Amino acid sequence: MLALLKREILLSIRAGGGALTGVLFFLAVVSVFPFAVGPDTKLLSHLAPAILWIGALLASLLGLDKLFAQEREDGSLDLLVMQPHPLAITIFIKALAHWTMTGLPLVVATPMFGIMLNLSPLGIGATMITLLAGTPAISFIGAVGAAVSVKLPRGSMLISVLVLPLVIPILIFGVAAITGALEDPAPFTAPFLFVCAITLFTSVLGPLAASIMLRHSAD
Amino acid sequence: MTTETIKPSIWAFANPTRFNTFASKAIPVLAIITFALLAVGLWMSFNAPEDYQQGYTVLIMFIHVPAAWLAMMSYAVMSASAIGTIVWRHPLANVSLRSAAPLGAMFTILALATGSLWGKPMWGTWWEWDARMTSVLVLLIIYLGLIALSKAFDEPSEAALPLAVMTLTGAPLLPIIKFSVDWWNTLHQPASVSRFDRPAMSAEFLYPLLIMALAYTAIFFTLHMMAMRNEILSRRIRTMKMQAARKQSSKGAA
Repeated sequence: MLALLKREILLSIRAGGGALTGVLFFLAVVSVFPFAVGPDTKLLSHLAPAILWIGALLASLLGLDKLFAQEREDGSLDLLVMQPHPLAITIFIKALAHWTMTGLPLVVATPMFGIMLNLSPLGIGATMITLLAGTPAISFIGAVGAAVSVKLPRGSMLISVLVLPLVIPILIFGVAAITGALEDPAPFTAPFLFVCAITLFTSVLGPLAASIMLRHSAD
Repeated sequence: MTTETIKPSIWAFANPTRFNTFASKAIPVLAIITFALLAVGLWMSFNAPEDYQQGYTVLIMFIHVPAAWLAMMSYAVMSASAIGTIVWRHPLANVSLRSAAPLGAMFTILALATGSLWGKPMWGTWWEWDARMTSVLVLLIIYLGLIALSKAFDEPSEAALPLAVMTLTGAPLLPIIKFSVDWWNTLHQPASVSRFDRPAMSAEFLYPLLIMALAYTAIFFTLHMMAMRNEILSRRIRTMKMQAARKQSSKGAA
């Protein structure tokens, strides 16, 4: 399992700079917002949690279509399916590797973008924590979308359409938690725990659903 | 050829021809029930008294609330079909799932549109990002995504499992929609019919509403059965066309 994790991470680093592209995309999305909204720092710092979350959401969708498609093309997907241990665990590892290469770099890059958007240190901390807790769920749900459209020749667009509505709850609770940390009457703990709960929930059910799908598309 | 006796079970309908014979008999009956319920329901709705707060706009309720219920019921039917596809591999389950998706999308659009028309005089806004409306909008996006997914495969039978898995992945949305008015304190009013004690609605509004709900359900099942029959027939046409094309090409090669 560790070997698989290592292989996935190495592959995405060496083959075309996967991690850096994600951060670059994040930078592009975040820097587009001030152009559209205007460089008003007060407004920007108010919108910053939402902008950072949307950027992270879109960046995490990147590369989902490649999650199983490449394995299917070179035939190693069949080997993964026929391994002795449960397929769901393999998919869990693959989704985790996807998150390590897309979600985790964003968390690390958040302080820089937070400063650019005039976010307070407390806000930056809250954004980092919620992103850390919430973005894995996007990869786990995304694994289902990727498994469903693995046979499709033109599936990458469809994955985003299928996955985006399902990750909206994470966005809602993530941004709610940051607002809770910044503004006094709103609570931080309750929405944050919801984010954690969704991640734990999807970490079990997402790989399971994807494994049902993949086992039958392998033949 | 011996005629075997068929035990009455859902497996009897695994044969598409048998299902189609059943459907041709059932559709007229369902259609008559639909028209009768709709006529009675509409007559009762139009004769409902004016609400002391809302005036005549309360009549929108009779078409709005059943549409919203049916939008959720369609997804429930699709989820049940999805389970039928994954667990029992029932060939009709996929047909049922596929046929219910456009119907569900239509009911969702109807619920959103009538709700918007009702919201303008009552709340002074066409649209508000409150929990109930937002979650129903998400339901609509999921419906449209599923329809797109069902059309994306070259071979209809290949879409069966992806569609089923994706449908079940979206199923947690249903309880979220149902309880969104209780969990978040928002603009949309909480449930007033399906409550544990007694419906918070007087009889002159409740009965037309329930009959309209039954009428909508009958519309759904009539159209669903017709759509299933069409789906089976169009698949048969597809197979026949492919056979004809194969024959043509083998003739050309000879």
